[in-house]
Amino acid sequence: MDVARIIATFARIGILNELQYRANFFFQVLESAIGLATALIGLGLVFRHTTVLAGWTPPELLVVMGIYGVMIGIVQAVIQPNMLRLAQDVLEGKLDYALTKPVDAQLLISIREWQVWRFTNAIAGLLVIGWALLWMQASVRLEQIIAFGAAVLCGVIAIYSFWLILATTSFWVIQIESLINLFEGLFAAGRWPVSIYPSWLRALLTFLVPVAFAVTVPAEALTNRLTGSTLALAAGVALGLFVIARLFFRWGLSRYSGASA
Amino acid sequence: MTQLIDFYRAAMKQAILVQFQYRAANYFYMIGMIAEPVIYLAVWSVVAAAQGGSVGGYNAGALAAYYIVWTLVRNMNIVFTPYGWEQRIRSGELSGLLLRPLHPLHYDIAFFAGWKVVVIVLWLPIAAALAWLFQPTLAPTAIEIAVFAVAIWGAFLIRMMFLWLLGLISFWTTRVAAIYELFFAFELFLSGRIAPLALFPDWVQTLADWLPFRWTFGFPIEALIGQLSLAGLLGGLAMQAFWIGVGLGLLAVVWRSAIRRYTAVGG
Repeated sequence: MDVARIIATFARIGILNELQYRANFFFQVLESAIGLATALIGLGLVFRHTTVLAGWTPPELLVVMGIYGVMIGIVQAVIQPNMLRLAQDVLEGKLDYALTKPVDAQLLISIREWQVWRFTNAIAGLLVIGWALLWMQASVRLEQIIAFGAAVLCGVIAIYSFWLILATTSFWVIQIESLINLFEGLFAAGRWPVSIYPSWLRALLTFLVPVAFAVTVPAEALTNRLTGSTLALAAGVALGLFVIARLFFRWGLSRYSGASA
Repeated sequence: MTQLIDFYRAAMKQAILVQFQYRAANYFYMIGMIAEPVIYLAVWSVVAAAQGGSVGGYNAGALAAYYIVWTLVRNMNIVFTPYGWEQRIRSGELSGLLLRPLHPLHYDIAFFAGWKVVVIVLWLPIAAALAWLFQPTLAPTAIEIAVFAVAIWGAFLIRMMFLWLLGLISFWTTRVAAIYELFFAFELFLSGRIAPLALFPDWVQTLADWLPFRWTFGFPIEALIGQLSLAGLLGGLAMQAFWIGVGLGLLAVVWRSAIRRYTAVGG
């Protein structure tokens, strides 16, 4: 209960902070629109040359793209800013301020930043998903929506854990620019279903970088491809990554000695 | 002129020494960048396989060659970011640059050119690994290699100047992110970065001929992988020379009025 209240408080403060800069909203919408147009043109280019891509039809690939948008929106609004701040705080010795608070350190460093305007990407993604479902004239059943929700939740946990592991490396080496570059580069693979990649790469994108579970599995839920065992595997991987990330963060923290903040 | 050459030699040497110290950071960055072409390569290989082996004249081996050479050309395309101008202006850093005896463009070109030498050396093992994984068909002739070796530097100069021009917008407004993103979106499609231009509709290819983007990206790649005739190779170099001239002309005009808007305290 306490955890929920702390998160809510930080979210409220973060949102109030961002609401001061309302003009940013319009520029963010503009940027989201450019990003969306780019993705749609790319998809159009592929379907100029083929009618089906590795078994996925155009509207089904739109679903994948929409979920990618939702995920990247969540990542850029909450996960990435917090993780970059962690790395920055370690660099500057400011992490002390977070550690001296009477709350779990991992919780606190994960909820301090809220770049709410970035959620426009997530909303654009939802619109794309809606458009794709209309196009397919699919009647989505309730259990599909529940499975979709569960898959998205597992995906968010998996990405969060992956980012935390990346950011925790800052206790040893400071590579803030490279962290973003590495994450965004690898995560961009989620724009397409992982089944299009060669098998060695697919394995990498499933278990090393959780792209498959973050994007492809939720898309499978909405396109009648998801099996119970895949969803269970997604939950297992999310949980496993979370535990690993937490242990790794603790280990990193034990190496931290803020000199002067 | 000899002074300028001496300056470039010294500044590039310095950049090489500095960047070679940061080889781990450079490698980390280059590896993060490899994901993008590998994704495109996977998508187009699937399409080619579904179309009976080739798409737009590219078979699997040619696509692999395209996107492996892509990684080097992309690295040559990385220049001073337009987002960096806000920092230069806001922090007053520009005041220091203006006091130096040469135009600030020279310092940027020399620094990045030196860095590129390190990047090319570090790229070779990455290219070898990618070639082993994706089995490209690549058999360039001597003239193709020669044109490529010149064209990657032409590409570097053109992109350097056009991103400089873009960055100079910061002298008028700081709301630049949307403008930059639009520019990069056009570049993504019209340069041959997302896919070889041969895969686009004819009108896009015609449009691309008249814009600078393809000469900084698609042209050097196509030159090395054997997609161009002798006329295409030499014509491409001529287009690069033309766009370098256009870039220099525009910069001379825009820089003069941009710098008039600049005031700083300290720096």
